[in-house]
Amino acid sequence: MLEAARLRKKDGRDVVVGYVESHGRSETDALLDGLELLSRKEVNYLGVALPEIDLDAILSRKPQIVLVDELAHSNAPGSRHEKRWQDVEEILEAGIDVYTTVNIQHFESLNDVVTQITGIIVRETVPDRLLDLAFEIKLIDIPPEDLLQRLNEGKVYIPDQAAKAIEKFFRPGNLMALRELSLRRTAARVDDQMRAYMETQSIAGPWPTAERLMVCVSGSPYSEKLIRATCRLAEELKAQWFTVYIETPVGGRHMRENRERIWQNLRLAEGLGAQVASVTATDVTDAVMEYASRHNITKIVMGKPKKPRWREIFQPPVVDRIIRRSGAVDVVIVNFEQEKNAAASNVPKRRSPFEARGYAASLLLVAAATVLCELLRPFLEATNMVMFYLLAVVIASVRLGRKPAIASAFMGVLAFDFFFVPPRMTFVVADTQYLMTFLGLFVVGVVISTLVARARERAEVMRDREVQTASLYYLSRDLAASANIDAVLKAVLRNVEEALNAQVVIMLPEGERLDILATSDGLTLDMKEQAVADWAFRNSHPAGRATDTLVSADLIYLPLQTPSSVLGVMGVKLENQHAYHSRENRRLLDAFATQAAMAMERIRFSRQAEHAQILQARENLERALLNSISHDLRTPLVSVTGVLYSLKEEGTHLSDRARRELLDSACSEAERLNRFVGNLLDMTRIEAGAIRLNVELCDIQDLVGCALAVVEQRIGSRPVEIQLPDDLPLVFMDLVLMTQVLVNILDNAHKYAPAESTIEVSATTDNDWLSLEVADRGTGVPEHDLKRVFDKFYRIPIPEGADGTGLGLSICKGIVEAHGGRISAENRTGGGLRIVIALPIAKTGELNHDS
Amino acid sequence: MTAEKTTDNLPRILVVDDELAIRRFLHMVLSSEEFSLYEAENGHAGLAAAAAFRPDVILLDLGLPDLDGIEVIKRIREWSPVPIIVLSVREHENDKVSALDAGADDYLTKPFGVGELLARIRAALRRSLLEIPEPLFISNDLQVDLGSRRVTVNEFDISLTPTEYDILRFLVTHAGKVLTHGQILKQVWGMTNLEQPHVLRVNISNLRRKIESDPSRPQHIITEPGVGYRLR
Repeated sequence: MLEAARLRKKDGRDVVVGYVESHGRSETDALLDGLELLSRKEVNYLGVALPEIDLDAILSRKPQIVLVDELAHSNAPGSRHEKRWQDVEEILEAGIDVYTTVNIQHFESLNDVVTQITGIIVRETVPDRLLDLAFEIKLIDIPPEDLLQRLNEGKVYIPDQAAKAIEKFFRPGNLMALRELSLRRTAARVDDQMRAYMETQSIAGPWPTAERLMVCVSGSPYSEKLIRATCRLAEELKAQWFTVYIETPVGGRHMRENRERIWQNLRLAEGLGAQVASVTATDVTDAVMEYASRHNITKIVMGKPKKPRWREIFQPPVVDRIIRRSGAVDVVIVNFEQEKNAAASNVPKRRSPFEARGYAASLLLVAAATVLCELLRPFLEATNMVMFYLLAVVIASVRLGRKPAIASAFMGVLAFDFFFVPPRMTFVVADTQYLMTFLGLFVVGVVISTLVARARERAEVMRDREVQTASLYYLSRDLAASANIDAVLKAVLRNVEEALNAQVVIMLPEGERLDILATSDGLTLDMKEQAVADWAFRNSHPAGRATDTLVSADLIYLPLQTPSSVLGVMGVKLENQHAYHSRENRRLLDAFATQAAMAMERIRFSRQAEHAQILQARENLERALLNSISHDLRTPLVSVTGVLYSLKEEGTHLSDRARRELLDSACSEAERLNRFVGNLLDMTRIEAGAIRLNVELCDIQDLVGCALAVVEQRIGSRPVEIQLPDDLPLVFMDLVLMTQVLVNILDNAHKYAPAESTIEVSATTDNDWLSLEVADRGTGVPEHDLKRVFDKFYRIPIPEGADGTGLGLSICKGIVEAHGGRISAENRTGGGLRIVIALPIAKTGELNHDS
Repeated sequence: MTAEKTTDNLPRILVVDDELAIRRFLHMVLSSEEFSLYEAENGHAGLAAAAAFRPDVILLDLGLPDLDGIEVIKRIREWSPVPIIVLSVREHENDKVSALDAGADDYLTKPFGVGELLARIRAALRRSLLEIPEPLFISNDLQVDLGSRRVTVNEFDISLTPTEYDILRFLVTHAGKVLTHGQILKQVWGMTNLEQPHVLRVNISNLRRKIESDPSRPQHIITEPGVGYRLR
């Protein structure tokens, strides 16, 4: 590895040494010379400072290549990850290449083979999937003799403690077998690469058969071996393989511990590349065959029967049954050595705290039965008294559990024998028929207690599961009702607290850091905990208690993850310390986390959709506006430029009259453009709230006169009738703006009324308001549109099509309302539109006749 | 002070406007007529040109880049009564009023028609040439004899209150030119602060009722909204 690294460095790559232990070997030291060495981290464990890899230093240094020796090494407790290969995974994810070393015995899938060969159990393994990830595997092959020579020369590192074991390990036979294993494994990988190459090049070749393997797991310790064996077989055959757990109602004792083991086995299988599945069925054989046929399994892998022969009387071993039913499917029987205690994983045994009390209670029951029988002895035959003892056994099994029930059966037999079977008060039996009774009582007692115990265990499991499902249901229901993030957080907090009897904290990213957004009462996180939460968030991986990263934390941290992103972290502190390891709890926590993440994502999406909608609507409006404006700006310009061009080109050919007509039209179009630009400006000022009124007391007659002066040229010969009473009060208004208003209204009336019809302008007052009316004899406005007449861009629909911008009346509205007035439109009887402007009359607006 | 005529006898017009398009347009319109045209493209150049060429009328754009138009008017007014016509855009009535109060004679709102422009220029020239205001003012059906203080419409005598007459006289002596509210108030009532502008309005309203054939469509006393009044 070091030589390869030096070569790379010479090529100009950025190579640093993450962790290489030379153990004082001069060869190694020489190779290390010249390479950049990153510092190590010292982890204190039990007073000893252990050097470990400094992961953060590597991540921040960000080299192109880092050297990390001994991939299978277990990190000291207190390190971020349990195993060094997990550190390497993190480094790889950061985009840094890693050179590392590993021995053949560290391959997970070969673990038991190595044990078989060497007799030594290797505990430090690396999952095969990581090794398969490797870009290049270089086999350092060395004949056993040479290796032994190196050992003797002291060139192989041996920790002192392991000297004896290593001696055993380094036997020539072992080395040869291990060498073959290494070569074979490497060959298999090369084969894979070649196959992949052939595929990409579409080279037709001897393709492997489409084998599909299946193996069943149970809680038995042999399952693990079976799984590894199937993995190896699958690799050899280049086959897909499936691992199935068949759950039956029969259960069996130690069901809880079983589940732990099954879970671990399934995890192992998945880690090795299997597809795992769990099936519920009443009969194992049926389930296996059904699964096999549904998934086109070609080979079922099973272990040799281990149970003693006599057991087979009651039940033929599963292997036999499956062989008989296998049909076209092959059955492969795999052997493996019995291992004494290997698979007794650290599953906490469930202690029954009532044991002593249970026995006492069963004694009591038996005593009670005895007393009862004694009382009834004059009336009952001895054989009938057995029933009472049976009753006691039944009660014991229902109430006290399996062992006390069996104890009570046993005690019942003894009591019965002693007190009621002649000769009484002795254990001697006169009539041997009573032996049958004893046997019957005992057997019945055992059977009943077993059945009841099983049923009770089952019921407990069912109840637990029901509780879990219920809590998930409540959470979903609460989340569905949440309309914002706060509600989601509250719902999650409440439900997790209740369901798991825990304290919860939820953290969401705020800029660069994670902020605590919701937390159970009394729960605080210190810096260390926050760092763990941070890690979980950044790496999208659970961390903390009962995970494989940063296990010394107080809480367990689960990332709130959806398929598209990681939204935050949920930290949970369980009341019951043992509950962290329970599979059900973990499953429930995962489910909660997923639900919460999805709900949050849903809310985020809906808010984004809302924004998008608003933006879309605004864009649409703006686009419509721009289109309208550009059209309205262009149209008059088209006329003007058209006229100018034709005058330029044809000017001399045109008659005077034609020329004058053209010029007139150009002038009026230019004026129209000018008005339109003015309207636009007014509109923008009104919109911006930038209208400033210069109010003065003004004369309505003045206003009308000004407006007419502006429009008189446009309206030409159209008659305008003006009716203004003489005693109109002065009104506060901005004369310029109100002139504009009246001009717009007059223009409007002119546009929509037939050419010769009259426009009537009149004014009236009541106490507080002065109403100015402009009425025409045009087409009017459809009733339902009357309110919309003052909207921006509304044009009164007329058959000839409307010209003009539709802004005029909305400007009027803006100005009139800025005066505190009101503007309205109504249809006249007899046809036509009437627009009414109402302005508030000033209090001091009395006509002041001065002399 | 009378305006001096140049040797070639054409009245001189100075255009001060920073926009090339406007200058070009005015050049086309005015220099083909009976005027000789001078141009300046900013305030300082305009002041220099006013001093150098002694124009008879100045067309001044209010939106100059270097000097405020009002400032230019004030400076010119320090040494010359030459008529100044201000070119402005709409909605800036305050600017117009300030300009008129500072000494400008009239204003034109862009875009303006050539006819209007020429009319104002001629009116300004005519006013400036007169030493004494004419005693008799005739406009269509209105006739005002300032000497005998007699106002007739279509030969009919009209009876005005003293205030109404004062207003009318003021308007007549500046016929064709716009007068701001402030100027009228000051002239007729001596008010410098505009406490009661409505008193003017009321009088104008009464005047109109007396001399206009259709008070709602005044032909003589024209309201310039936001600025003042003009007698046509």
